[in-house]
Amino acid sequence: MCLGIPGQIVEFIDDEKNIAKVDVSGIKRNINVCLVKEDASLGDWVLIHVGFAMSILDEKEAQETLKFLRELDGSLEEEMKLLKQSDIN
Amino acid sequence: MAQQFQTLDEALEKIEKVRQARQGKFYLKDKTIILSHGSGGTASHNLIEGMIGKIFSNPLLDQMDDSAILPINGSDARLAFTTDSYVVSPIFFPGGNIGELAVNGTVNDLAVSGAHPLWLSVGLILEEGFAIADLKQIIESMQAAAEKAGVQIVTGDTKVVQRGSADKIFINTAGIGLFQFPINLSSFNAQPGDKVLLSGPIGDHGIAVMLAREALEIEADIQSDTAPLNGIIQNLLDATKAIHCLKDATRGGVATVLNEIALSSNVAIAVDEETIPIRPEVNGACEILGLDPLTIANEGRFIAIVASEDAETALQALQNNPQGSEACIIGEVLEEPEGMVFLRTALGGHRVLDMLVGDPLPRIC
Amino acid sequence: MKYIDEYRDGNVAQQLATEITKLSKGHSFKFMEVCGGHTHTIFKHGIEDILPDNIELIHGPGCPVCVLPMGRIDDAIAIAKTEGTIFTTFGDMMRVPGSEGSLLDIKAAGADVRFIYSPLDALKIAKQNPDREVVFFAIGFETTAPSTAVTLLQAQAENIQNFSIFCNHVAVIPVIRAILDSPDLQLEGFIGPGHVSIVIGLHVYEFIARDYQKPVVISGFEPLDIIQSIWMLLKQKKEGKVIVENQYKRLVHPEGNLKSQEVMTQTLEIRPHFLWRGLGSIKHSALKINSDFANWDAEERFKVPGLQVPDPQACQCGEVLKGVIKPWECKVFGTACTPESPIGSCMVSPEGACAAYFNYGRLSMASQRRELLAAEK
Repeated sequence: MCLGIPGQIVEFIDDEKNIAKVDVSGIKRNINVCLVKEDASLGDWVLIHVGFAMSILDEKEAQETLKFLRELDGSLEEEMKLLKQSDIN
Repeated sequence: MAQQFQTLDEALEKIEKVRQARQGKFYLKDKTIILSHGSGGTASHNLIEGMIGKIFSNPLLDQMDDSAILPINGSDARLAFTTDSYVVSPIFFPGGNIGELAVNGTVNDLAVSGAHPLWLSVGLILEEGFAIADLKQIIESMQAAAEKAGVQIVTGDTKVVQRGSADKIFINTAGIGLFQFPINLSSFNAQPGDKVLLSGPIGDHGIAVMLAREALEIEADIQSDTAPLNGIIQNLLDATKAIHCLKDATRGGVATVLNEIALSSNVAIAVDEETIPIRPEVNGACEILGLDPLTIANEGRFIAIVASEDAETALQALQNNPQGSEACIIGEVLEEPEGMVFLRTALGGHRVLDMLVGDPLPRIC
Repeated sequence: MKYIDEYRDGNVAQQLATEITKLSKGHSFKFMEVCGGHTHTIFKHGIEDILPDNIELIHGPGCPVCVLPMGRIDDAIAIAKTEGTIFTTFGDMMRVPGSEGSLLDIKAAGADVRFIYSPLDALKIAKQNPDREVVFFAIGFETTAPSTAVTLLQAQAENIQNFSIFCNHVAVIPVIRAILDSPDLQLEGFIGPGHVSIVIGLHVYEFIARDYQKPVVISGFEPLDIIQSIWMLLKQKKEGKVIVENQYKRLVHPEGNLKSQEVMTQTLEIRPHFLWRGLGSIKHSALKINSDFANWDAEERFKVPGLQVPDPQACQCGEVLKGVIKPWECKVFGTACTPESPIGSCMVSPEGACAAYFNYGRLSMASQRRELLAAEK
């Protein structure tokens, strides 16, 4: 369920009706931002679902996740050694 | 409640049996025409091969390729003959209109059979109330497209129907081409080991039309890729004789066309997801709408199945033509599993790529 | 595409898969992904191909299209057939079979059925067609409920009278609880629904760890998100932890989205019970439009049959949805029931486990079969 896709807010269109324009890979669409209005600014990335912005993407967290994933092979070897001592029921 | 669940092996056994029984056989179960019968996928095949083709059956028709190959008594020469009708809505869309679509589409059906397209007929069905200015624009586009493709429109017909009985304009084009040298291109010719070439980025036409038609309110700079392909195909055939099959990836997209080849030739086709060219905007639109770009219609792209030793030569020939600048090798033909097309995903996994089922309704949830 | 492509990196995926193999060595694990979107990603990218054999993914009932019983489809069709109605729906619902056909079938027979991208588009259609009754077929878990809620608020604010919503939103927690209470199920952990959690937050899942001793990792929807979530589940197992973790930190906050929760409370309320396809009746598992917005409730405005229609005899969607059987174990899988001519909704919806297996999994089935045959020789 839940086809959501990240897009960037490129313009605020109608403040009263909570409409902003987002860009997804060069495609633009107007969406409703009332669910994220308090915190949304121009240039923010949001998750778009059925014409609504559902949440603002935390770019720092996104980078952290990617960093973690990319480094999983190398730097976590130490931790793995420690874990090997404990066992799963 | 004791329930017997079939094992994996039993299930595969059954599916295989049913598939073998159905191979090449399409069944029409519907009682009325539904829109899917026209979208080029499984339903279309069911209608055409399950009923219409059966009734008209004869050796020339039964080949069911893009063009019929006609012998000429007392000569080695052969003709290619094809027809197509155009009902696209809206009739004017980014990158073209129904008229040039009609000319290019028929030219391409002739070109992919290996013939040199020469003459077209044009049949117009016009709705009462349709603007003459619009009609003139369409006719002028058709002439321009014909000139660009090097063909002549030599005969035609015009009918007018009452308001409401047609949607502005429907166009039928039929075309004749001449085979310049003995060549045998057909869906039945793919061999294990052959390479699969794609002439350019996919999805442009279908997405351009969908965005123009539906109330999806998406702004995008996506143009239809409608274009005559006889020039670039000629370059390809001049470069190498080891082309086994050519097909333009129209309704149903690349996935449908590859499935047709796999079924007809009784081979498997493997495609590498990472090699498939697609414009970022088209990709974006597909992601938003939940569509698979491999099932979206193109009007200026084709697949070439080429013997592996000549694949690089063929690719060069395509890339040397401006229409094929983004051409690439996207996969290969394998011996088995017969009749199956699958994708090697960017992640390193696999998935089966089926023919389009029904209309490409966007997936939302 | 930004924030998508990076999470589809094949090399990182392979490395992660290696780590997972190391971490899971010597034991078998069954993890359930609840959400249909996860099922779709798993198959679209062939994730199961790169995981080791000792990890089995069970595909849960998180596909709101699949779990809607035939009776509700019949109700939708009854509304759509009403003279003068414009029936709007998301694309996925068009081909789901009711007792006598689907929305696509009645569209072919002349009903004005349109697919739209957003419920706000349906409201727009209502404004553009003041002499027609416009109905929106609302489906989905809590991810989509806020958009329905905002649409109701807007309809009220703009006093649009020719518009109503046929509400079929379902809730994810009650169905997870029903799965956990199911006697025939063996699971070691859950891959939790990322987008639902954007709305409802993380605390609602704590009972799963606390009362049922199953770890939960809330996951994003790209392949690396799911693979990382599997890794996180295994790590919990290894460390003897049983908690709710958030892999989808870039979008999910622990308290959820408060504005979404607010608009839902304003417009919707929980139904005492709701019939789920294959799972039976589950208490407090679905939403209806509350009395303040009864004016825009299609169930108030239209007469619907409201029947409880049993699934077709041959259909084993229920067992598949519970993860009790694999799609191919259903007797009609791939033969009488195919995406082209589906008997059950698991085959229609692109997120249904059966459709996913039929479209994406047949290849691995074919190679497994070859191995089986080779072994027999």
